[in-house]
Order: sequence, then C-alpha cells, then structure tokens
Amino acid sequence: MNMMSEAAVEQAVNTKAGATVPVKMKARKVGVFYGDKQALFDVDLDVREKHVTALIGPSGCGKSTFLRCLNRMNDTIDGCRVTGDITMDSANIYDPSVDVVELRASVGMVFQKPNPFPKTIYENIVYGPKIHGLVSSKAEMDEVVETSLRKAGLFEEVKDRLQESGTGLSGGQQQRLCIARAIAVSPEVILMDEPCSALDPIATAKVEELIDELRENYTIVIVTHSMQQAARVSQRTAMFHLGNLVEEGATDHMFTNPDDQRTQDYITGRFG
Amino acid sequence: MSTATTLLIIICLGVIGYVAGRIRAGQLVQGAYSALHSRPGYYGAFVLVWTILPSAIVLAIWLAVSPAIINNQVFHSLPQSIQDMSAADRSLELSKINAIAGGLSDLTDEDRQKLESGSITMREALADKGVAIAGEVDEYMPAAAEVYNGLSSASALYRTILVLLVAVAGFVYAYYMISPKMRARNKVERVILGILIVASSIAILTTVGIVWSMLSETGRFFASVPPHEFFFGTVWDPRFAAAGAEDSAGQFGLIPLLAGTLYIAFVAMAVAVPIGLFAAIYMAEYASNHLRAIVKPLLEVLAGIPTIVYGFFALVTVGPFLRDLSTQISGIVTGNAFAFIQAQSVLTAGFVMGIMLIPFVSSLSDDIITAVPRAMRDGSLGLGATRSETVKRVIFPAALPGIVGALLLTASRAIGETMIVVLAAGVAARLTINPFEPMTTVTVKIVNQLTGDLEFTSPQTLVAFALGITLFFITLILNFYALYIVRKYREQYE
Repeated sequence: MNMMSEAAVEQAVNTKAGATVPVKMKARKVGVFYGDKQALFDVDLDVREKHVTALIGPSGCGKSTFLRCLNRMNDTIDGCRVTGDITMDSANIYDPSVDVVELRASVGMVFQKPNPFPKTIYENIVYGPKIHGLVSSKAEMDEVVETSLRKAGLFEEVKDRLQESGTGLSGGQQQRLCIARAIAVSPEVILMDEPCSALDPIATAKVEELIDELRENYTIVIVTHSMQQAARVSQRTAMFHLGNLVEEGATDHMFTNPDDQRTQDYITGRFG
Repeated sequence: MSTATTLLIIICLGVIGYVAGRIRAGQLVQGAYSALHSRPGYYGAFVLVWTILPSAIVLAIWLAVSPAIINNQVFHSLPQSIQDMSAADRSLELSKINAIAGGLSDLTDEDRQKLESGSITMREALADKGVAIAGEVDEYMPAAAEVYNGLSSASALYRTILVLLVAVAGFVYAYYMISPKMRARNKVERVILGILIVASSIAILTTVGIVWSMLSETGRFFASVPPHEFFFGTVWDPRFAAAGAEDSAGQFGLIPLLAGTLYIAFVAMAVAVPIGLFAAIYMAEYASNHLRAIVKPLLEVLAGIPTIVYGFFALVTVGPFLRDLSTQISGIVTGNAFAFIQAQSVLTAGFVMGIMLIPFVSSLSDDIITAVPRAMRDGSLGLGATRSETVKRVIFPAALPGIVGALLLTASRAIGETMIVVLAAGVAARLTINPFEPMTTVTVKIVNQLTGDLEFTSPQTLVAFALGITLFFITLILNFYALYIVRKYREQYE
C-alpha cells in the first residue's frame, strides 16, 4: 500500500463503501522514529467522520504508534520523531502554531488499561472541563458529570457514589469512567487503544455497545487485537503489518474479501 | 598452640576436605558425574562445612567460657582477705594478676634469679619488659599469676586437642557419608541459609543491645535526677562539679535542647523541602533522560559529602556571611551597623543542614514520583492537560503519601544530625524564638557531656544516655510512621 501513489489511495477510498462520508482526519506519508529505529513507514490513511475506524494487525505492527500520532501523544515519549502530515479538518496538527493542549482536548484518548485518577468519580469527570475552563459553576459541573456518565452508560450504576474513589470501581466500570472523562471535554475524535483488552467479556460487550452509540456524535479510531471486535464495532478497518499499512477499506469488505494475502492470513488466524 | 594457628589448621583441613570430597564423589561414580545427585563441588563443600563448622563452634564456646572458669579458679586460690573484698576491688586485684601473668612468661632466668635474691622488685622487673602494673605487687600475687599461667596453658592445650579432634572427626564423618545418592546440594544450601540468618540477626541483636545499654544507663541517670525534672525542666545547667561534690547537682531540663533541635530541624526542612521537591519534580517530569543521567548522580554526590564538611562550610562561609550581611543591612536601615545575625545561629545551622538534606528529599521524592504509573500521566495529558497541570493535579496528589513519608524520614535525619550543629548552632542552651541567635540541640549536648575525661557515675555524664534515648525514640517513631505511610501508599498501585 505504501507503494501506491497518493492519487491511487484517493481513488481506492472513493471506489469503496462510504465514499460520500467526509474525512475528519487525513494522514499522509506518516513515519515515526523511536531514536534511530523507524516504527512506522509512510502511512496514508483517512479517518471518516462519525465512523468507527478499527486498526488491526499483529503486536508491534505500529497501529498503537499511529493512533498516538493522531493526538500527538507521541510527543511525550523521549526521542520520538514524527514525519509526514496529519490534518484534521484540513489543518495540519503538527504545525508549530498548533497548541497541542487544544488538540488533545478535541482528540480525546482512552487507554488500554483503565486509568482513572486516584480521585473521586466526580473529580475524574470534571478534571478535563475544569482545566479547559468549560465549566465554572457547581451546577455546570454537576450537569457535565451527569451527561458524560449517561453517555458512557455509567450514570445509573454510580449515581449514588459519585464522591467515592474512581479506582474502587470494577475494571469495566473504570474503563467506561475513562470514556466518560474523555467525553466530558466534548472532543470531536476519540482514540481508543485496545480499550477492552483488560476487561471480561460482559464488560467488553458493554463498552462495545457504548462505542456503537458514541458513533452518532463522535469520530472514533480504535486499536484492537480482536478480529470479532473489529468486525462488530467498526465500519472501516485498516490492517497494519511491520510498520506498514497493508490495506484499508470497509470492514465488511476487509473481512469477507481482503485484497492482500497478509490480511487474509491474519484475519483467518494464520499468523499474528 | 595459639587460637590463630588452630583456626588456620582447621581452615586448611577444610580446604583439603573440599578437594578430598570432590575427588571421592567422582571416584564413587567412576567419573560419570551425571550419576551424582549434586554437582561434585557440593560434596566438597559438604566435607568442608563438616570440618570447619563444628570445630569452629567448639573453639568459639571454649574461648568464651574458659577465661571465666580460669579467673574463678585463680580467685579461689587467693587469700581469704582478698576474697572478702568488694566487687570493684576484687576485679582490680584480678586484673593486676592477669597483667603479672602476662609479664611472667617474658622473664628470663637471670631476671628470676634477681627476683629471688631481692635485688629488684617484681614491679621493676615487669616494667623492664614493658608490662606496667597499677599499684604495688602484693606477696600472694606472683603465686596466683603462676596458677593463672598454668591454667591458661593447660586450657590452650586441651582446647587445641579438642578442636582438632572435632575437625578431624567431622572430616572423616562427612567423607564417609558421601554417596552418589546423598543430597549434598540441599545440605550445603541449608548451611548457607543458616549463615544468612545469623548475619541478619546480628544486625537486629546489635540494635537490641544498643537500646538495652542505653536504657540501663538511662535508668541510672533517673535514679539521681527525677524524670519530670528532665522531661519538663526548662533550664539546662549540668554544672560540671568537682568529682564527689554532692551538693552541686545541676539542672537537666530537656526542653531548651529539644526546642533547639526542633527549631533547627524546622529551618532545615523549610530550606530543603521546597528546593528538594522542585528538583525532584523537574527530574522526574521535565528533564530528558540524557540530562537526568548526568544531574541525578551529581545531586546524589551532595548526599555523599560527610556532614562535618558541611559543618566547615557553615562555620567558615555561611555563618560569617550572614553576620556581615546583617551588619550591612542594619547599617543601611538604621544607620547603626549592628550584626543582628550571629555567626553561630539557628539560621546558619538550619540553612546548611537544609542544603545537606536537599539530595535526600529530591532523591526519595524523585523515586516516588517516578513510581506513579505512566498511565496516570497519559490519562491527564490525553485530556489536554499541560505538564504542570498534570504534575499539580494528578501526579503530586497521587504521590503525596509517599512524599510525606520521605519527608518524615528526612526530618528524622535532621533531628539526629550532629556535626553541622556542633559547629554552627552554638552551645548555649536557651529558649528563644529568634532564629538569629544561637541555640543548641540534643546531639550537641550529648557530644559536650561525653567529651573529655569522664567518670560514668555522675548525672553529668549519664544524662547523655537519657538524651540519646529520647532522640532515639523520637526518630524511631518518625521512621515507623514514615514507613507505615510509604507502605500504605505502595499498595495502591500494585
């Protein structure tokens, strides 16, 4: 895929499902270096608005690295360098004039392991809105907490213990709390890095259901190791291998009739 | 044979045992080492342990017990008048006899003839040989010394024979115990375990011993000074009186010393905590790995400087500087140049001690801040928080219990610190809240009371033990509390 010209990519995108959907984020020739080692090679990928895009591939293939480029979380890693262009709504997010803090407020992130802060559930939610000055009064904070928790499907479960520590919740609840926390700052894009890998099947089902609901309002990019999960929750799928984007397309198409042999092998469990 | 020679012989026997055990293990299986339960070296070590360990234990017990038995025998051979003496005098007499006994063996035949003819006294003869005897040599003493020497040499002979017998017996027993199926490895490992346990219990027993000796001396102090006068007294005036002058008891009030200790520790913490914490936050959150690799060891070099060197720094540089500075300030402000900061003051000592403590605070806090999981940082940064917001609102609160623990550990160091305050805080025990004046600390007074020619019977010296144990308990409680907090904190993330 990385051999393809940009025009060819554009064409490939347009000929497949969802051609009419606007593109939210666009990555062109993105490469990532950790020190001297290159982890990602010339990735071209479009993230469509209000779609769930799943990134799949074997461990170490660069899918999480790519995800972290989308909100510049790679900046926090010593010796990490990103080349190429990533645009959001046609503005380059790696432009020196871009405030990374603002970027991360509009591109939220949910991590592999639930990581609620060791604070109360309430404070976990209002943390983001407070630092961005989105709320000022107590009433506004209460409202943000309730709407965010409701959107994350957690409100009914925790409404009586908002002042208890977020770390006291079960793993699945913690992860939904983290999603609620990300929603609270009203992002446009939510990045999820294997959000269910530390959860049991029931909690996983709940989070997946939630992702499906969130698609109405947010653009979601999710990294997953589970083929079934990718098939269940996503509309678009991108397959990575050894730091290269192997192929990208509509999820139905990818799982039934992939163009690339490596995708075929990976999906059917022959490697990875 | 001397103890050292005996020890050397059993060690040699042990080494021979090692080689022999190894060879025998090999011979038993005709060189097919895989048929052995353990590697051949373990069979060698097995013989070595059996040769050295029992014989060394016998030797140690003999050395510990025999002097008491010999002294007892010698004592019973003494005239009745001596046996009836007080305990202190008796031990003086016995030590004289021991000294004579040590010298007797050095005397030549010529010396002995002179002694018999009475041309020189025993004391002079011994003094010639470099053996000084305290006081005159009584008539019965040479005889007792001969008895002592006789018993000692007999003891040494029996000891050597017994120890060597045990060593050889252990050697032979272990050598013939070796068989291919014997679990030499497990047995040797158990001995190693035993050695490790002994090593760790030595540290614990020493602590118990120190506390015990301090407690008993403290008890003697409180026999002459009531505890309430010590703990609640506000005047420190121990009055080094002439020995035996019973009327000048002195006043031993702890309060001024404790106040000075806490005040100086407070100033030190006020300097060390902000600087150390900021340094730690910079190191843990902002510094690049490259910079961290250089700066962190540098900071820790500060921790390696002996505290007496900080004392010089306080005495020669900081104290005079503060004094001159205060002179100039008062000169500018009031027109009357007056050094309102004294060279030796709470401020000087506290400031320099604070500098000493910076690396402790920063190093401990750095470890704790670094231990906050990366996921916390990612979570906060991922929400669009800046680094400093992340530190202030997430990292620092999460690390706070651990940091408090670290600060308590640092505080207990500040309270126990001696050399800086000896040089920089002054020796005047007084109660004041002016940090520009000298105060003194518990540790300084311990040094004062225990320096010079002393007899350990007067409250003037015994008070040092009471001070010591007070300090010990304060730091002990601080340390316990700190460890409790640190441990509680650790459970959160594991």
